Amino acid sequence: MLARDLHPGAWWLWAIGLAAAATFTLNPVVLLLIWAVAALVVMARRSEAPWALSFRLYVFLAIFIVVLRVLFRIIFGTAATDADVIVLHLPQVPLPEAARGIQLLGDVTLVALLSGLYDGLRLGAIVLCVGAANALANPKRLLKSVPPALYEVGTAVVVALTIFPQLAESVQRVNRARQLRGSPSRGVGVLRRVVVPVLEDALERSMTLAMGMDARGYGRSGRATPRERLVTGVLMLVALFALCVGIYAYLDATAPRSLAVGGLAIGLLTAAAGLWSAGRRVERTRYRPDRWRTAELFTAGAGIAVAIGVDRAYAIDPFAVVPGLDGWPEVAPWVLAIIMVGALPAFLTPPPAVDRGAERPLTEEVVDA
Amino acid sequence: MLELRDVSFAYTGTDWTWQHVDLRLDEGELVLACGRTGSGKSTLLGLFNGIVPHFTGGTLAGDVLVDGRSIIGLPPRELAHLVGFVPQDPLSGFVSDVVEDELAYGMEQLGLPAQTMRRRVEETLDLLGIADLRRRPIRALSGGQQQRVAIGAVLTMHPRVLVLDEPTSALDPTAAEDVLATVARLVDDLGLTVVIAEHRMERVIPFADRLVVVHEGSVSVGEPAAVLASSPVAPPIVELGRLAGWSPLPLSVREARRRRTELLARLGEPAATPSRSGDAVLRARGVSVAYKSFAAVRGVDLDVAAGEVVGLMGRNGSGKSSLLWALRGAQKRAAGTVDVGGVDPAALSAADARARIGLVPQTAADLLYLETVAEECAAADDQAAVASGTCRGLLDRLAPGIGADQHPRDLSEGQRLALVLAVVLTSSPTLVVLDEPTRGLDYAGKAALAAILHDLASRGHGVIVASHDVEFVAEVADSVVVMAEGEVVSRGPAADVLAESPSFAPQVSKVLGPPWLTVPQVREALR
Repeated sequence: MLARDLHPGAWWLWAIGLAAAATFTLNPVVLLLIWAVAALVVMARRSEAPWALSFRLYVFLAIFIVVLRVLFRIIFGTAATDADVIVLHLPQVPLPEAARGIQLLGDVTLVALLSGLYDGLRLGAIVLCVGAANALANPKRLLKSVPPALYEVGTAVVVALTIFPQLAESVQRVNRARQLRGSPSRGVGVLRRVVVPVLEDALERSMTLAMGMDARGYGRSGRATPRERLVTGVLMLVALFALCVGIYAYLDATAPRSLAVGGLAIGLLTAAAGLWSAGRRVERTRYRPDRWRTAELFTAGAGIAVAIGVDRAYAIDPFAVVPGLDGWPEVAPWVLAIIMVGALPAFLTPPPAVDRGAERPLTEEVVDA
Repeated sequence: MLELRDVSFAYTGTDWTWQHVDLRLDEGELVLACGRTGSGKSTLLGLFNGIVPHFTGGTLAGDVLVDGRSIIGLPPRELAHLVGFVPQDPLSGFVSDVVEDELAYGMEQLGLPAQTMRRRVEETLDLLGIADLRRRPIRALSGGQQQRVAIGAVLTMHPRVLVLDEPTSALDPTAAEDVLATVARLVDDLGLTVVIAEHRMERVIPFADRLVVVHEGSVSVGEPAAVLASSPVAPPIVELGRLAGWSPLPLSVREARRRRTELLARLGEPAATPSRSGDAVLRARGVSVAYKSFAAVRGVDLDVAAGEVVGLMGRNGSGKSSLLWALRGAQKRAAGTVDVGGVDPAALSAADARARIGLVPQTAADLLYLETVAEECAAADDQAAVASGTCRGLLDRLAPGIGADQHPRDLSEGQRLALVLAVVLTSSPTLVVLDEPTRGLDYAGKAALAAILHDLASRGHGVIVASHDVEFVAEVADSVVVMAEGEVVSRGPAADVLAESPSFAPQVSKVLGPPWLTVPQVREALR
């Protein structure tokens, strides 16, 4: 396969699919496999670019979430009944009457511990999927693929996405500079010492970027009559309303399925019409656009397949997907196989285009700009 | 083409930046805007495409016309096809990651047909001589290449006016010449109106048709020779002309050289600079720095004596900064030894290392994090464990008149540098290292910095200055080390190294020939 960068939308769909699969399950093995799949694909297909550096931060964040969840379950214990398995005996901290209902420390049950762990793993997996998409897809190219109607939203999103990876660079630089000055003795001071210059830097960079984009014609207004604006506005409102109803009905098991499907369908259709109508007033063209080719369709398909697969698996064998909390979780090989579909893009997509001129490494940029 | 009619501007909550400005720029003109730091040059430039006041806020009075049409109230995006604006730091303004996409970006916003875009991208790549860079990631380009991409990115929109804010401030001398030659060619070939703001005027003046001087709230315009006679900022060659009493003032080295015989006859030999060679404060042997598979510094030896100022030069990415960080011990060395007063700074605790070697990094503001100047000074005293008031005393000597409750962020570039320098000097290091300190400093600011460095040297500190600014290095350095590809390619007394090199020779040396280097030297000899 010729080396090239995939359409960023493909990576995002893949990541969303994987994240959706993570929300459907509480099986720690399945969740850990999702972590591994996301990490594997990032390792195999990320470029040398600065935004690819940020994946490590997401990994730390995900681990932090898991640890925090478990710690909370230990600190804020639950009253154990005789049927519960106690894993850890801790002295319970007596609390005043006002804090009744809250238990500090005390016996830690297996159920509490596992539910905290599984919950943390799930949230961590979602964070990791977002991080993977961020590392794999160039956020600026993603903006190019946004429908013209969303250009203003697109700017905001891109500026936000650009800040985060650049933060990683700034932190590196400021941390080095920190050695040149004494570290403050107090704890808050250390934090400030890094955070203040980094945030100032990030803000300034983002402002320059926004200014540069504006100076080069980003968001030029086209010609739209008030009537057209009204039509666009109404379409958007209807879409929003229908989507809200649809999602609510989908999540509420007692609501009729037709309401869920109908609401979502109407919402999506009117949203598409609204975007199209809004996009007409924007006069933009695209230079050599990214195209959806086989590899893109495959990557997006792999992500979506995992999501649908896990959803279906729950219907077939609920315990394989959401295990009980009283012992080792049941591991069904076929569920793991479904998740492994998400790893296929690591092997079956073209590798990222290698920059011929990359002999000047990016790490050096930090010092020798 | 561009017209300002009785324009005044003030930032929110401050006094007028300048008032009642009338200015008319014609088609196909190259205009240089100059003035002291903080005089409002950039503000003036931002006016032409609406960035001021659209992004900065503030009060604008009067009328701005581009191509005969008032642009008051129009956002920058609506002017993109008329005025191409290249910001000071091109890297942070780039929207795409690949050269080709960056060139096409503006045209996409204008909604040009795909065929036109393809054609213009190719034409622009050729015009700027960057065709071989088309698929390269922008971040991997050198500074000069990035600057040319930034210019190309606005040229593809076929603007009538090109506005450049300090296009060469981060570039080494050769890359700067390249960029300016490119700009001059655009004026010739395309009939563009070009407005450039630049601190190092000496490079642009030979190309400039007219000069706009922003000074103390007013703006004056005129032929370069006439304006420079009284300008508060002037390049060395003009200073030389003023000293020699030449009229009209020479603007290029070629003009000046034709008249040098008369001046050389009046000058004797330059005063011999006393060799300031005390004990060695730094002895570095075979220092190497590697980033993954890339060797940034390869086996560099460097000695600095007490009371000596060493200038470190070389093109962008030649390993200067990496070397400085490695000397400080904050960058891991792949090989080599560093000896500052008998010990290796890398082996010392941060506090002990600070007391021996003080580094002012390129982005000096990274060192500042508190809300007021007074707090910064107090923290510095505290960390260095010296009597309180030491840092403030240093600061007052470096840059008097900085309010104690000012926010470091609100200081001018030069004042902020002085503050960082004061903080670093509070630990009274024996060796002071400055990385590219003249960025954003005007001639007066550089003169003040030069005085500070001379003062440090006379107190027995060793000083290393890495800089692209040949005029500044010529003025401060006793000896010069030139690096290329991580290795030292030449070293020796400043007069020898600088005067020998075609790209590093300062203007005075180009005119009078070695061993003359700086205007102060000539002034001294004429006395």
